[in-house]
Amino acid sequence: MANPTNLKYTEEHEWLLVDGDNATVGITAYAAEKLGDVVYVELPKVGAAITAGTVVGEIESTKSVGELYAPVTGTVTEVNDAVVSSPELVNEDPFGAGWLIKVSFADVPALLDADAYTALTGE
Amino acid sequence: MSDSPRYSPLHAVHEALGASFTDFAGFMMPVRYDSDLAEHHAVRTAAGIFDISHMAEISVTGPEAGAFLDYALAGKLSAINIGQAKYSLLLNEAGGIIDDLVVYRLGEQHWLVVANAGNRFPAVEALNHRTTGFDVNVKDESDATALIAVQGPNALEILKHTVGLELAAEAAERPEPTLEALKYYWSLPATFLGNPALIGRTGYTGEDGFELYVDVQHAAVLWNSLMAAGESRGLVPTGLACRDTLRLEAGMPLYGHELNLTTAPVQAGLGKVVALSKEGDFVGRAASEKGVSADAPVLVGLVGEGKRAARADYEIYSGENKVGVVTSGALSPTLEYPIAMAFVDPSVSELGTVVDVDIRGTRLPYTVTALPLYSRKKN
Repeated sequence: MANPTNLKYTEEHEWLLVDGDNATVGITAYAAEKLGDVVYVELPKVGAAITAGTVVGEIESTKSVGELYAPVTGTVTEVNDAVVSSPELVNEDPFGAGWLIKVSFADVPALLDADAYTALTGE
Repeated sequence: MSDSPRYSPLHAVHEALGASFTDFAGFMMPVRYDSDLAEHHAVRTAAGIFDISHMAEISVTGPEAGAFLDYALAGKLSAINIGQAKYSLLLNEAGGIIDDLVVYRLGEQHWLVVANAGNRFPAVEALNHRTTGFDVNVKDESDATALIAVQGPNALEILKHTVGLELAAEAAERPEPTLEALKYYWSLPATFLGNPALIGRTGYTGEDGFELYVDVQHAAVLWNSLMAAGESRGLVPTGLACRDTLRLEAGMPLYGHELNLTTAPVQAGLGKVVALSKEGDFVGRAASEKGVSADAPVLVGLVGEGKRAARADYEIYSGENKVGVVTSGALSPTLEYPIAMAFVDPSVSELGTVVDVDIRGTRLPYTVTALPLYSRKKN
């Protein structure tokens, strides 16, 4: 699956849809594919303060456990309840219905564009 | 060890099917084709086709082949009938497990030993080392042999409708001369497009199914023929990811997880595989007769609640005391709750005992439960 050019990316295989000082966050198709079928997602609570680079959630497949790293320092404003009850959304629509959290942040972090992320994964 | 990956004779077939690959014992093998959950369910409800050509096939022939195997392995392989298969163990002198094996008897003086891919060379070396004094020939045929498993309730119908696959003439002399009549852990000689093949009613999924041994040059044609017969019977290509969850549900040990060089068979519930009643010496006999200490860890099944799976190497606690370690675990696709196998202190091994598994810093209760954790309904 091509990495959408309207998104920003991290080296930890997260994507961000940045809108001013808010962003929607998910994991990339590449990350979902590597994990296999996602069967359990644990996300931070709304209102939680998160620090860029720290683990704030878990994405488990039958085979392994992936960690969700905070891509920015800020506050969780919304979590995707649909993906908690239907974790398969992460595989079915990683860049859409499989989004994980929304965050607000003060400082614009350094992020990769789609070309740089595609080069990183070699796909 | 060589660092360059090895490839199955079916690699091009898997690439054409869009498989994702993983390194397994040095082989690039399909981990999944699309969804490992869908592949798991297909095996439980219809059928799956696995390439397990990475496994090792070692032929043992000669006038003293039976006596040799009785000495080299833990079981009494001389006593099985032609066509029969038996699960066995290759022990070291200390009674630890070098490998777990399936052994088929193919003729009066001919057995086939099937070893794990990762233990091919230790197994061949140990067998060769033990031939001293026996009129026997041990030959590693792994590179020339492909192995395809068709597993699931529709497996029989698929094999019966596979173009080019026929039972060999000698099959008519067997006590169960048809695929329908063939019992679990028995085999029949066959041909595929006139070339020799072997069909075993064996597997590693907990379902009915067959394993087909054929020369590597005929593997791709056989795969495609099986797929064609399976198209209307729910057959899907299945990878190693679902193979692992299927065998875990079925309570089947995996070498390197439940079995290793320092674990005695009795600890893993495999005491009966070691034939202490057979006459004569065998490698590992003295250590096996001595037994293990009363406080040696034992293998148990564990069942949890919710969705968070205990996984291999997670620690197990009773109160503040560490009482064991998980060897395999997953959220069971069939049962939809977390299941695991684990070695625990005998003090907490009784069925129904509740222990805590440390799941990445959170301790969650798991209940000791009899293996296997899933059994298919038999007709």
